[in-house]
Amino acid sequence: MKFKNNTVALDSTDLRILNALQENARQTYTAIGKSLGIAHSTVYDRIKRMERHGIIKEYTTVIDAEKAGAKNIIAIMTIFTDPKESDKVAEKLCEAPQILEVYTSLSEELLIIAKVVAENQESLHEFIASSVAPLPGVLRIRTSMITKKFKETRFSIVNNPKELTFIKEKSNK
Amino acid sequence: MKEEMISRILRTLQREKAFYFFTSIGNYTGESAASFKEFMDKINEVNVKSLEFHLYRGDFEKWIAETLEDQELAREIGKLRGKNYSGAILKEHIYNTVVERYSQLSKTF
Repeated sequence: MKFKNNTVALDSTDLRILNALQENARQTYTAIGKSLGIAHSTVYDRIKRMERHGIIKEYTTVIDAEKAGAKNIIAIMTIFTDPKESDKVAEKLCEAPQILEVYTSLSEELLIIAKVVAENQESLHEFIASSVAPLPGVLRIRTSMITKKFKETRFSIVNNPKELTFIKEKSNK
Repeated sequence: MKEEMISRILRTLQREKAFYFFTSIGNYTGESAASFKEFMDKINEVNVKSLEFHLYRGDFEKWIAETLEDQELAREIGKLRGKNYSGAILKEHIYNTVVERYSQLSKTF
């Protein structure tokens, strides 16, 4: 792992360790070392360094909400905004527990794309009408309710290794 | 009706208390009304789909009764729901109902 232009360069060992963790974050250093053909102490050192530099942000649990009995609905909101207010709208959306993800996108107009969860259609509408539409800078909103999920993959080293060779060093502030 | 009550019905509301026009669940048109007068004007401007959406959900009645605090107009708007009007006819009936009430209140005031 080397520093270059305020970024951290990961070598192939780092990437292989990250890949192993993304497949199963609960496996031991010894198990990772064994599968990659390196010493467990190397695995430990590399993981600790990547944690320190914020490359490994957290270890979490992925829950299948459907199997857990949750009957929530998920919708994607496209919010057209006044460019001057866009960041404030996005920040405000981030505060709401119903909002799962928030992105901005610049196409013909400045858009905010947000994923929202609600108990049912009525509570979704109530949330958008009372908490999103009144935000200063919101011009209009298009909402699509998700009816069927065909694929959901979390971003992984495996998806695009080249893009992840250099990762912004956030902890070096 | 007391002047105080009329002036309350005709007041301008805070932005978060305004009526926000949607055409369906989660689809906001960008139009809102923060007073009785503005609500009346917007009826002619918004897509008729929005009027159909809100009338049959009872949103207009609820906002007029609870936020504008005009029980009389809320009742009149509620009566339109049972008539099954749609399109331009519905727009006309809502508009006429609101205009009639507005001139009544303005005259008294």
